[in-house]
Amino acid sequence: MTSNNLVYLIALPLFSSGFLMMLGRRADKWGHIFATLISASAFGIGAFEFLQMLARPSESRAVTQKLFSWISVGTFQVDASLLLDQLSISFVLLITGVGTLIHIYSIAYMSHDLDRRRFFAFLNFFIAAMLLLVLGDSYLNLYVGWEGVGLASYLLIGFWNQKPEYATAAKKAFIANRVGDVGLSLAIMIAFATFGTVSFAGVEEKVSGASTAALTGIGLMLLLAATGKSAQFPLQSWLGDAMAGPTPVSALIHAATMVTAGVYLITRSNFIFDNAPTAQLCVVIIGAITLMFGALIGTAKDDIKKALAASTMSQIGYMILATGLGPVGYAFAIMHLLTHGFFKAGMFLGAGSVMHGMDDEVNMRKYGGLGKLMPITAITFGLGYLAIIGVPPFAGFYSKDKIIETAFNSEGIKGLFIGGAALLGALVTAFYMTRVIILTFTGAKRWDEKAHPHESPFLMWGPMAILAIGSVASGFLLSSGNRFVSWLAPVVNSHEVEHAERFQPVVVTTMALVAVLIGVAIAIAKYRSDVPRVAPTNVNIFTKIARRDLLQDDFNEAVLMRPGQALTNFLVATDERAIDGAVRTVGAVVIGSSKGIRKTQNGFVRSYALLILFGAFALLATIWVVTL
Amino acid sequence: MSDTPVLQYSFLAPILIVLGGAVIGVLLEAFAAAKRRAVLQLTLTLGTLFIAFLSLLRIRNLTSAKAAMGSVMIDGPTILMQGTILLIAFFAVMIIGDVDNFTAQASAVPGSDEEKSALQAGRQQTEIFPLTLFAVAGMLLFPAANDLVTLFVALEVLSLPLYLMAGLSRHRRLFSQEAALKYFLLGAYASAFFLFGAAFLYGFSYSVTLSGIHAAVIGGTANNIFLLIGLTFISLGLLFKVGAVPFHAWTPDVYQGAPTPITGFMAAATKVAAFGAMLRIYYVTFAEANWNWRPILTVIAIATMLVGSIVAITQRDIKRMLAYSSIAHAGFLFTGVIALNKAGLAATLFYLLAYGFATIGAFGVITLVRDSSGEITDLNRWAGLGRRSPKIAALFSFFLFAFAGIPLTSGFIGKFAIFTAAYESGNIGVVVVGVLSSAIAAFFYIRVIVMMYFADDNGDSLTVVIPSPLTSIAIWVSGGVTLVLGVYPTPVLNAINTLATFIR
Amino acid sequence: MNPYIPILVIGAFGFGFGVFSIVAAALTGPKRYNRAKAAAYECGIEPSPQAQGGGRFPVKYFLTAMLFIIFDIEIVFLYPWAVSFDQLGLFGLVEMVLFIGTVFVAYAYVWRRGGLEWD
Repeated sequence: MTSNNLVYLIALPLFSSGFLMMLGRRADKWGHIFATLISASAFGIGAFEFLQMLARPSESRAVTQKLFSWISVGTFQVDASLLLDQLSISFVLLITGVGTLIHIYSIAYMSHDLDRRRFFAFLNFFIAAMLLLVLGDSYLNLYVGWEGVGLASYLLIGFWNQKPEYATAAKKAFIANRVGDVGLSLAIMIAFATFGTVSFAGVEEKVSGASTAALTGIGLMLLLAATGKSAQFPLQSWLGDAMAGPTPVSALIHAATMVTAGVYLITRSNFIFDNAPTAQLCVVIIGAITLMFGALIGTAKDDIKKALAASTMSQIGYMILATGLGPVGYAFAIMHLLTHGFFKAGMFLGAGSVMHGMDDEVNMRKYGGLGKLMPITAITFGLGYLAIIGVPPFAGFYSKDKIIETAFNSEGIKGLFIGGAALLGALVTAFYMTRVIILTFTGAKRWDEKAHPHESPFLMWGPMAILAIGSVASGFLLSSGNRFVSWLAPVVNSHEVEHAERFQPVVVTTMALVAVLIGVAIAIAKYRSDVPRVAPTNVNIFTKIARRDLLQDDFNEAVLMRPGQALTNFLVATDERAIDGAVRTVGAVVIGSSKGIRKTQNGFVRSYALLILFGAFALLATIWVVTL
Repeated sequence: MSDTPVLQYSFLAPILIVLGGAVIGVLLEAFAAAKRRAVLQLTLTLGTLFIAFLSLLRIRNLTSAKAAMGSVMIDGPTILMQGTILLIAFFAVMIIGDVDNFTAQASAVPGSDEEKSALQAGRQQTEIFPLTLFAVAGMLLFPAANDLVTLFVALEVLSLPLYLMAGLSRHRRLFSQEAALKYFLLGAYASAFFLFGAAFLYGFSYSVTLSGIHAAVIGGTANNIFLLIGLTFISLGLLFKVGAVPFHAWTPDVYQGAPTPITGFMAAATKVAAFGAMLRIYYVTFAEANWNWRPILTVIAIATMLVGSIVAITQRDIKRMLAYSSIAHAGFLFTGVIALNKAGLAATLFYLLAYGFATIGAFGVITLVRDSSGEITDLNRWAGLGRRSPKIAALFSFFLFAFAGIPLTSGFIGKFAIFTAAYESGNIGVVVVGVLSSAIAAFFYIRVIVMMYFADDNGDSLTVVIPSPLTSIAIWVSGGVTLVLGVYPTPVLNAINTLATFIR
Repeated sequence: MNPYIPILVIGAFGFGFGVFSIVAAALTGPKRYNRAKAAAYECGIEPSPQAQGGGRFPVKYFLTAMLFIIFDIEIVFLYPWAVSFDQLGLFGLVEMVLFIGTVFVAYAYVWRRGGLEWD
């Protein structure tokens, strides 16, 4: 099946972005509305394609569109083609849907910013790049989108780059992403060397003929890429700092869509991971580590956005963990990704709404008791909260519970470990999210006298309300009757394999709910009483470590940066002495011969003629010799 | 009663239209009022080239037609090369149209009172336009020529106007006249060799047509000494035109001395024409004698690449540097010629187009960098240009990137294609030298960029003049073509691939 | 007999004549040096120093000679056509008119731009 509409999905926001950038100040008055309409129309196209797809039988739901042949060198042929299947449409709807809501929200949120038009141009650019990422039909096309969203993320984190630390945060995100990108480009190279093609369909077709070593190599490199983009261990450190960007950006890019690209990449490459058990195991381990890591950081953060960022990291850990569980896990990973897209975006917008009312104050210790003053924000945030900690029947319950269950039921001792980690993660999540709720919305007010908390305008709470509905209903809608699993089945090759289940679903669910209750209870017990406005310093070492993001920056600094600098110094020294010496020698030889040959260029036409005559004789002589 | 000859005017239309335009241009010189000549001539020249291009489009589907009793071959490569020449000439004329680059009165002694009065009277040497058209006509005929006599006539028709045009610089006139004289003397010398070679080939085959000579090459013994001498001397004439080592010595002097717009035109268009003729001769006529000429051409290719790249490093003058760069590029083009396969032919044709446009653009930019005494070509004085004229400096850097073969420019695709073709034909040595020379060459291109952007401003009086609208169009279009050919070359490559087959 | 032998013979004759002329002139010619002998041309105008007032190059001889050659060559082409114009018919006539027309354009240029004036 082919479709001619796919290109507009990408082209509309891309051209809109370029258009807004080029028009400059002239578009200030209407640029934000234009960008929002473009995003909405992209959603419209996505919905139209979705309905058409629903009408087709499940085996022929994928559609493609060949745009042009991009690179054609010898046998190496890459077409710029788009592929819309059950997996990509899920992302398309999430990106354009949540994207449009966040566009609307930003109209109000950014209304005081002089550069609002530029902000919307960047947002549109992000939408275009993200859509290209999920619509590309080959790793190379995906790579273009992958770099595009990286650029958009960089531009938006550093949107207020007049503050040096914000610019630094943008740079940090960019560099961490670059490390991951190296992984992706290496994966593409290995894939091309192994399969001779980089299109998803082509690789999938030839995957059975490839060696496990090559597949493991590709898998590990793809995982590296995913850790960079999705802020997974060990490349997770940039996400917290990325909160420097405007809050809508955090909601769209650093919660709902871009950071989940790693999950998409692994799910898309299911045919590689399913044949490379080692790589798959690494995926599980990374996911398990990160979900604990993020959750622990979340417990210690006083900055509301950083707490949410840590939670994002942890939730994506769940998704990565699920993708590592093989065919059964992909659908749950994507399902959690979608529900997470709703409730986390909703909570970020809620946090933005709080900040909007509190003069951009982000320290939760200076909030308190906001629930009465911002009822809508409190309710929408609360619904998101119930979803994330996994209280039935809210969205997170359905998706997270499935992941925990699948984790427990994977084979051997591995299952117990990762299941335990996932369960513990759920407990900690319940704890720190309850902490956020208590600190922000309940208790006594702790804010400064100058702050005048107020509810946000309709343009802001409207999107929050819609996302809250998603937080409530999306889980049930997706999971009832195994709907989403069978929807995604053709893409991820999962067929219902009934294997011995160690734990009955009801057991796992009960355990998970108990863990959540414990977490909530601890939080209530701890923060019921008054909360000091300044974080206490006489805390135990673990809290200190958690406050310092589990020493991730210290680790990077000590293990990567210092040795890196030392290595650089060493290399520079070597470079100057040995290599430059060699280069200079070559250079000197070249320049010397240059000067030598220049002497023949003496300006006398008679010498030139003689040279020609000499050349003629030389030619004759050579031809003579060659012919003999 | 013999049959009257048939010329097939429609096949020859592009050439005839250009010649007709040139003749009308001469009449304009004779009868139009001096003040209006420049505008009239410019309009006429651009119009002529445009109409010639349209008439070429009308015959674009001819892949094997002969005109003028078999003297002119209209096949795919002819169409492609004529198209390239016409396009390049069109934009080159836009830059030439800025007639202030040319002397007010060529016949006045440099520095004399007569020159001063001519300057004050605002006289202009508008003969440059018909001369350009005559040269273009010769260039159009050159790659299409199907016998040695036509080839020689075309060679002279394209060369003679260029000799004159090289001497018309407004500033540093003695230098320019010296360049013209050198070019003329050495060109005549090389033409003599060419003619001598043609005579030997006639002696070898009793025919002047390329197909006749080809038949003799197949039928006779390849060791025939007349063939070898003829082949050598014919090659010499062509090698001289493209500036191959050791027949390159004129190139730096002439490129530096000639008025800059003319240098650009000469560098871009002459290369297309000369390589066109060379491709036809080697691919059509002497393909079966390749055991004789390929080793020589390989040596020449290597020498040309190396000498061009190496000597360019020590140049202090931008035009001279680009002259050596053009020598190096001739070497790169040779690697396509000696590949002797279809890929080589297609790659060479693409490279010529890419290089042509980058050259027009680069020399167009050089015409803009001036002080009160005229163009500044001393590299040291270009320091800090990037800060004073960021747009123009960026554009120039882009052209240099194209010359250096950096990705996303046409130069990269061209080099990639041409080295691939050479590699496929088994000439790995040439490819290695080619890549090495590219690395050396990249050094001096980048050095100019470093000069423009990172060197300290020397507080020079040098300015970048506001280009005339036509010059701006020409340089920006050249930049655009260079970018498009670098980013999305597929349509052009496909078109070249479909058309690039020589017909005997 | 090899068809090139006559050419070789003519070549030899030419070479021999050249050598003979030089040698004979050197042996038999009177040697009386004066200023005119040292000049570039024994008759005609000195090419250098340039004309008074730094005027034009003294290229008038050259120009006149070139113009003569142009018309001379035109005649060379006219002869064969004249011999066989009845066979070439209309085609030959048209081509010849075009040819003469082209030469005439050059003539018009030279005339209008003052090339025929001896001032």
